[in-house]
Amino acid sequence: MSDTVLEIKGLTVRLPEGADREFAIEDVSLTVGKGEIVCIVGESGSGKSVTAFTVMGLIPKKDLVPVAGQILLQGDDLLKKSDRQMRKLRGEKMAMVFQEPMTALNPVVKVGDQIGELLEIHTNMSRAARKTRVIEVMKDVSLPDPEKMYNSFPHQLSGGQRQRIMIAMALALEPGLLIADEPTTALDVTTQAEVLELIKDIQRRHGMGVMFITHDFGVVADIATRVIVMQHGKVVEQGTRDQILTDPQHPYTKMLIGSVPSLTPPDRPEPKAAEVALEAHKLNKVYGTSGFFSKGRVVHAAQDVELVVHRGETLGVVGESGSGKSTVARCIVRLIDPTGGDITINGANIATMTEREMRPYRQQIQIVFQDPYRSLNPRRTVGQSIVEGPMNFGLGAAEAQVRAEDLMRIVGLAPEALDRFPHQFSGGQRQRVCIARALAMEPKVLIADEAVSALDVSVQAQVLRLLHDVRERYDLAMLFITHDLRVAAQICDRIMVMQHGVVVEQGRTADVYANPNHPYTKSLLAAAPGRDMDFARLA
Amino acid sequence: MFFYIIKRILATIPVMVIVALFVFLMLRLSPGDPAAVIAGDYATTEDVERIREQLGLNEPIPVQMYKWIAQLARGDLGTAIFSKLPVTTLIGQRLEPTLLLALCTIIFTVLVAVPLGTIAAYKAGSWIDRFVMLFSVAGFSVPIFVLGYMLIYVLSMQLKILPVQGYKSPFEYGLWEFLRHMILPVITLSVIYIALIARMTRATVQEVLQEDYVRTARAKGQSEFKVLMFHALRNAAVPIVTVIGLGIALMIGGVVVTESVYNIPGLGRLVLDAVLARDYPVIQGLILFFSFIYILINLLIDLSYTLLDPRIRY
Repeated sequence: MSDTVLEIKGLTVRLPEGADREFAIEDVSLTVGKGEIVCIVGESGSGKSVTAFTVMGLIPKKDLVPVAGQILLQGDDLLKKSDRQMRKLRGEKMAMVFQEPMTALNPVVKVGDQIGELLEIHTNMSRAARKTRVIEVMKDVSLPDPEKMYNSFPHQLSGGQRQRIMIAMALALEPGLLIADEPTTALDVTTQAEVLELIKDIQRRHGMGVMFITHDFGVVADIATRVIVMQHGKVVEQGTRDQILTDPQHPYTKMLIGSVPSLTPPDRPEPKAAEVALEAHKLNKVYGTSGFFSKGRVVHAAQDVELVVHRGETLGVVGESGSGKSTVARCIVRLIDPTGGDITINGANIATMTEREMRPYRQQIQIVFQDPYRSLNPRRTVGQSIVEGPMNFGLGAAEAQVRAEDLMRIVGLAPEALDRFPHQFSGGQRQRVCIARALAMEPKVLIADEAVSALDVSVQAQVLRLLHDVRERYDLAMLFITHDLRVAAQICDRIMVMQHGVVVEQGRTADVYANPNHPYTKSLLAAAPGRDMDFARLA
Repeated sequence: MFFYIIKRILATIPVMVIVALFVFLMLRLSPGDPAAVIAGDYATTEDVERIREQLGLNEPIPVQMYKWIAQLARGDLGTAIFSKLPVTTLIGQRLEPTLLLALCTIIFTVLVAVPLGTIAAYKAGSWIDRFVMLFSVAGFSVPIFVLGYMLIYVLSMQLKILPVQGYKSPFEYGLWEFLRHMILPVITLSVIYIALIARMTRATVQEVLQEDYVRTARAKGQSEFKVLMFHALRNAAVPIVTVIGLGIALMIGGVVVTESVYNIPGLGRLVLDAVLARDYPVIQGLILFFSFIYILINLLIDLSYTLLDPRIRY
């Protein structure tokens, strides 16, 4: 048993009164051994993060109260420790890496000092010795030029570099337990692959136990030694990586694994010759200005982008953050003004229209955004949000109401729910509302800007199906922006790959996935987590 | 950065010109004959004529404007009607008490308000928080002169621990005498700013405490005190400094009242005396002077952002 770093026995944490259930987590038991990466998998609300934060002692004590069980860190019960003792253990015996490297570092403190802070708290090393050690761990996580980077501020580093800083911080005192809470979810796929490789590597070299929280089975396939599946605060299944991935027992696990979109595009019928709904020619967007005294920084967010979408067809735009895919989407909807080029819809060039000229065309292009929690006005009922658009274009209140009710049925919600407010819906339901809102305008072109990225995998599958259905039903031209190659494989007829504002490759989805031509496309496909596994077939 | 400072300093010139024109027109566009207004109700025709001559009001407006601007460009703010002294000299004489009063008030305010607001944010919902918020509302609501006279009545007249009024320059009477006379005016003037800045600090720190990097700091095992000082407050600094800067700019009004209540011979008193005596050249000079200070403070606040937040670069 000396190899067990962390043992959780029957842990139960109570939620405050008025929550949707009594316990955040209930009777959770698990172990993390030395040299093991244990993945805790589950969807939002499964209690996986609460488990991790309870171990660290970072849960808000007023709201979340551990009421039963034990958390043994190398044999010591953490629930019996005082605040002061817990502070001593945090950082020294256990460390944590968080999801959002963009916000997890203090923006006004040099990154080197932020790593050094840990040594300052827990050791009495001199300033010079601390700096030496910091540079050492920065080298350990393969950060380039640590001496120079020591003095950088977080905003000067990329997301991947920041996450390396977080990992260096966690490593500085060689803790026995590393807790990683969705550490790669906010990263681009190529960066994600590097960071996962790094975590595996340091785990191997330092022999620590890693508790790795994730929702992504691709990541699980790449990194896990053992897997623990959680649902509604309870552990429903646990086993080795191979057991869980190839022979899941619990229906929930089977459903989760079955919902992971396959990286292999399905066979699609050759698209019929349909009319062109949307065309962009030499579309350019340049950000940045040159100052009076100084030369401004100029960013070509989109450079000579050419695209055509026919009716009844889905064109995927894939790329990493900063590739310009969202810029293209926003230019086409004219949420931002393109710097140059043509955007043709129904034979009219909308790229250079004034707002007044543009107005009649707004109806024809609608967009669904990534975050369903923020894209609906919280103070209006969803019905009001849905009818607002058509009524702006002259539809009577009664007809708009009828249309809204029909659309609610089409997107799989009850028409009675129109009187409710967005906070009364789940994330997936809200995204359905957003789709209904877009469809209420009776558009010809629907743009989905990372529309399923914020959703849990089981919900994601449903929303993808819905998008597919409405496209068929209304013969829509769809522009599907995503960073997720699995999602793109499933829904797009054709895809174009963007990098640094330039389209590097485009073609039929099946062709691009089978024979990528551009090195960047190849690296994207190679970096997709769990690429060797075809989950849908396994389940 | 260097270019930015130069640019900002150059940008003050048009602003000052606009203020100067405004001040110039204020006198000329006020209803009636300015010379008669200045001379007052009991003046003889000769008095009015003499004032008109002295202010150059008998010349055409464009000529007057030209002379006024030319005079300003030489750094000359004109001559006071009653004391016959240059306005710059008058301002110079009264600068010290006001400057020291403002400085003491700012230091006192920051030393009290920032810790109060931080504690209130950290202990949000507790009795300390409620007390701070109650004090804040009270501080906003009490007029300066009421507070001033109340403090004088209790501390000076009943308890006799502090002098009733007056100003003792630290350069003549030493620091102790200066501070004894400063305590009441500083408290009087700072209450409203403490209320304002404590509230602002509370709101900002409370927001920052929700940030992920505060959680990261806790995950490192950092003590709560250092989490507050090192992580929360440093990130809350920009909005807090902005409010402090605005407070300084707004202080001019409070200074007038406070200096009158405590009989301090500063710029606030000069404003009051000049207004009561309708000494237009002095009023004009003071408006220009305060505008300049205002612009200067704004520039300093903007520049301080670069020290407080490395993401802000000009």
